[in-house]
Amino acid sequence: MLEVRDISKSFGDFQAVDSVNFSANKGEVLGFLGPNGAGKSTTMKMITGFLNSSSGDAIVCGASVNEKPLEAQSNIGYVPENAPLYEEMYVREFLEFISKMRSLDSNKISSRIDDIIKMCSLKEVEFQKIETLSKGYKRRVSLAQSLVHDPKVLILDEPTDGLDPNQKHDVRKLIKKLSKEKCILISTHILEEVEEVCDRCIIIGEGKKLFEGTPKELKDKSEKGRIQDVFRVITTGESMQGVAV
Amino acid sequence: MMAQVTKELMIKEFKSYFKTPLGYVFLVIFLFGIGYLTFEPGRGSFFYMREASMSAFFRYIPWMFLFLIPAVSMKLWAEERKSGSIELLLTMPITVKQAVIAKFLASWGFIGLALLGTTPMIFTVGYLGNPDFGVITLGYLASFLMAGALLAVGGFFSALTKNQVVSFILTVVACFVLIMAGSPPILEFISTLLPKYFVDLFESLSVLNHFDSIERGVFSLSNFWFFSVTIFFWLFGSIVLLNENKAN
Ligand SMILES: Nc1ncnc2c1ncn2[C@@H]1O[C@H](COP(=O)(O)OP(=O)(O)OP(=O)(O)O)[C@@H](O)[C@H]1O
Ligand SMILES: [Mg+2]
Repeated sequence: MLEVRDISKSFGDFQAVDSVNFSANKGEVLGFLGPNGAGKSTTMKMITGFLNSSSGDAIVCGASVNEKPLEAQSNIGYVPENAPLYEEMYVREFLEFISKMRSLDSNKISSRIDDIIKMCSLKEVEFQKIETLSKGYKRRVSLAQSLVHDPKVLILDEPTDGLDPNQKHDVRKLIKKLSKEKCILISTHILEEVEEVCDRCIIIGEGKKLFEGTPKELKDKSEKGRIQDVFRVITTGESMQGVAV
Repeated sequence: MMAQVTKELMIKEFKSYFKTPLGYVFLVIFLFGIGYLTFEPGRGSFFYMREASMSAFFRYIPWMFLFLIPAVSMKLWAEERKSGSIELLLTMPITVKQAVIAKFLASWGFIGLALLGTTPMIFTVGYLGNPDFGVITLGYLASFLMAGALLAVGGFFSALTKNQVVSFILTVVACFVLIMAGSPPILEFISTLLPKYFVDLFESLSVLNHFDSIERGVFSLSNFWFFSVTIFFWLFGSIVLLNENKAN
């Protein structure tokens, strides 16, 4: 469903993403890891068609982002980094706007939004202005926004960043529930999250893919089963006792 | 036909003027300002001219627009880029071109509404005498077309920067140059630097000259083309610019 082919991005002579390859299928949650500045968000921006890649392509449900961006985009739900929203709108009004932009049938919009509001636990703030919401609610509105058109592919850029432990739990539960029907790419800095929700994960560093495999494979590289040690060894290149990569 | 996404974005953008005080502040200042300037008992004002026409009103329109249009256009893209919501917008199935057109039309519609708010003037003039309603209609058409041209310029400068104040200032300067392009001091200045051909070219780019000629009741196709081409040119510039710098 999602196939990323040798995608690269350079800003001037700085290579932010360097020939990254991966693919993911329906029912799969793919974790996207890497230190700050590794190129995760940049890769996601290229997949969603916001940024043009310098070379390479991403295929979303058979449509090339380079050649048929609108078709690819209509199959993607996207939560951008920091979850930007139209702050002056009310939650429900905002979701209605997104539904219309996503060309939902106008007589189905209302019931669809009811479902989404329930799914993302937004009932209490339905008629509140977005700018007055707490960070956690804003994240959930952003998640809700990505789901209105029931996309086949979900691209989530640090969706649990800044959430309290309970909300993190809820969002992970929701992601797991959604994953049965969708293909999900999720970037995160929380390694437990990878073990909890991801079927597979990719680690990138300085724009290059450094690892691809299951969280278990990652964990088994450390004798003590400490996933953060493995992450450190892979991304910094330094050696550590009891960790073999 | 306009695509559905373009229409939906346009509606949302139009409504957004009434979600912040900006829309109301603009309407109040515009309506009171133009009313005051028109009826103010100074030279060239409505009463002084002793005729049932709206020429006093239309004479001040370009100068009201010079400061108020940039206030309407400054947020179009700058705000969206600053908050990052542009990432949300442009990853929906909408092209940059559609988005630029939608936002431009929304702002143009808003100015159209402001101009509609001045129509009581027509009744006043009609009550006081026998104005030429054809000339008045052309005056409104000229004002609306000029607003479109200046908004297209403003949209371009809003796409150029993330900072709304910078966008405002650049738009005021650019609009001033466009409005004044045909004025003697500027033409004289240019003729010291450039050959006559460029002076003529510059004069023909003057928004004010084209505005005046329509507003005086002489509507020629060349005026219409001038505004259409100006709008097209700056919208095209915005599209190119956004494709380049939307992610920065
Ligand atoms: N528009 C841009 N112009 C220049 N450089 C950029 C631009 N956008 C990103 N970069 C650079 O590309 C690199 C990758 O950035 P990116 O945002 O993709 O990292 P990331 O993996 O998402 O990091 P984080 O975990 O901090 O979110 C960084 O060094 C960043 O400075
Ligand atoms: Mg990032």
